[in-house]
Amino acid sequence: MAVEAQPLPASLAAAETRIETPGLLRDIPLVPTAILLWLVLMALLAGVLAPYDPTLPVAGARITQPPVWMEGGSTSTLLGTDFQGRDVLSRLIYGARVSLMVAATGTVVAGGIGMLLGILAGYLGGWVDQTIMRLTDAWLALPSLMFAIFLAALLGPGVGNIIIVFGLIYWTRYARVIRGEVLSLRERDFVRLAQVAGVSKTRIILRHIVPNVMNTWMVLASLTVGVAIITEASLSFLGLGVPPPTPAWGLMLAEARATLMVGQWWLTVVPGACISVVVLAANLFGDWLRVRLDPQQRNL
Amino acid sequence: MRGYVVRRLGYSLISLFLLSVTIFVAVRATGDPALLLVGPGGRPEDMARARVDWGIDRSWPEQYLSFVRNVARGDFGTSFQYRIPVRDIYFQRLPNSLQLAAAGLLISLLIGIPLGILTAVKVDTVWDTACKIVAMLGLSIPGFFVGLVMIIVFAVGLRWLPAAGSGTPQHVIMPAVALGWYFAASMLRLTRSGMLDVLGSEYVKLARLKGTPERVVIVKHAFKNALIPVLTLAGVNFVIMLNVAVIIETIFAWPGIGRLLFEGISLRDFPVVQGVVVMAGVMVLGVNLLVDLLYAVIDPRIRYA
Repeated sequence: MAVEAQPLPASLAAAETRIETPGLLRDIPLVPTAILLWLVLMALLAGVLAPYDPTLPVAGARITQPPVWMEGGSTSTLLGTDFQGRDVLSRLIYGARVSLMVAATGTVVAGGIGMLLGILAGYLGGWVDQTIMRLTDAWLALPSLMFAIFLAALLGPGVGNIIIVFGLIYWTRYARVIRGEVLSLRERDFVRLAQVAGVSKTRIILRHIVPNVMNTWMVLASLTVGVAIITEASLSFLGLGVPPPTPAWGLMLAEARATLMVGQWWLTVVPGACISVVVLAANLFGDWLRVRLDPQQRNL
Repeated sequence: MRGYVVRRLGYSLISLFLLSVTIFVAVRATGDPALLLVGPGGRPEDMARARVDWGIDRSWPEQYLSFVRNVARGDFGTSFQYRIPVRDIYFQRLPNSLQLAAAGLLISLLIGIPLGILTAVKVDTVWDTACKIVAMLGLSIPGFFVGLVMIIVFAVGLRWLPAAGSGTPQHVIMPAVALGWYFAASMLRLTRSGMLDVLGSEYVKLARLKGTPERVVIVKHAFKNALIPVLTLAGVNFVIMLNVAVIIETIFAWPGIGRLLFEGISLRDFPVVQGVVVMAGVMVLGVNLLVDLLYAVIDPRIRYA
């Protein structure tokens, strides 16, 4: 995924060291962005928005009460209650917080490790490059989900552990792609000039390389957020992620399995639909970002 | 060519080594298996005996060496829970997963390729947008949620299909769709980009200039060439599907290696866990190696890279 560009005269090369930000917000896709902002809002204001405590049964309501639009529902619990009598809507809102936290932090951790290793591999080359690439291949050999399940099972449940697991597994995507970018960046005029001028490697990396891989990093991050949410949901579904009674969408799906065969379908459909919508929004946003920042990718 | 093969093989071996070490260390570093073998009420003598019996008391390098020796012989140890060799349980369950993965692959090909061709041929039209939406949905809606919804609709609601178990074609349909759903989307995208590339190429232009009917151009010239990467992706996806079907196998009570892994993890049966994970890694590394070698045969430019 090397970024090709026309060679610039040396005088203009200096201008490339800045990150391109003006005009970035043009053509931003409204619906996905709105959904993502809504998610962030829900996560931050969960305490204010949620009508009830997500871990306690609602006083005065039955267990597995249907949503308000179905027979037997009531306006006090708009989306019904689960098998312990807890309000589904409140659990959804608080669950957004967990999902967002895991997705955002996990992505940043994985992205940080991946960017570091990718830059080191690309810029230093030689045996450093080979070692890192072999390690990447080895870790990519295990299908991500299986590896995630494996590590999560070993570390035990907990939000912190999921973030660690995520960081350990998904750094490989970043490392590979960023290494490729760095390989081509290394040959560019402004980097060559800096090297010739005697600038230290660390300084070159920090001042010239990092700002120019940020675009790619952001695209990768936005595309990884969706994967993060699904992975967290999958792990929680298997009982390896967020431990009860903390509300998490994947956990809600797991708990709903018991009621699946007896007809309380909303306990499954509602959290699952939330997951799907958020991931869809994240993917659409990521796609838009990728096209916006690198027009060559448009055909994918 | 031989140099490339040797190098590529060497890389695979290094990756395999790193993989095995990772698994080995991860499992040993995060808990004391003897504790779980004997249970919370176990006496120290029982635990000490368990350690000797199961080889947990030897030093790590010794354990690792014997582990590697055993794996090379096909011996993954004996399951703590089932008390029979892991190899036996694994290969007993593997055909079920193969069956499921094959069905999933079939679905992903049946949906992905035709839609991919359609969206490439009718690029920038309503059809294209519709197919892009389908691809997006495939990548965003988790497979296991699709599985759960299908159970609600087809098993509980309409009672057309069984909700769990295996054995008949009706049992395979829902898990296969749940599994293949995501990969259909990636097939679609790959077919689309492959077709778009080929449709813009020189010899397709020539075929059109010659007056060849459009349908012949698409099928005979474009499709065949776009197919090569799609087929190799299919091979890779098959192996991946085999190994990530854990959740789907759990939901549908499908007796495959995914569920075996989950059982092993729940019961801290680490010979089973090690066995399944190592086999998964070996399979994927093997398929990647095969694919790379195949590409080197097809495209000579790669050999000299």
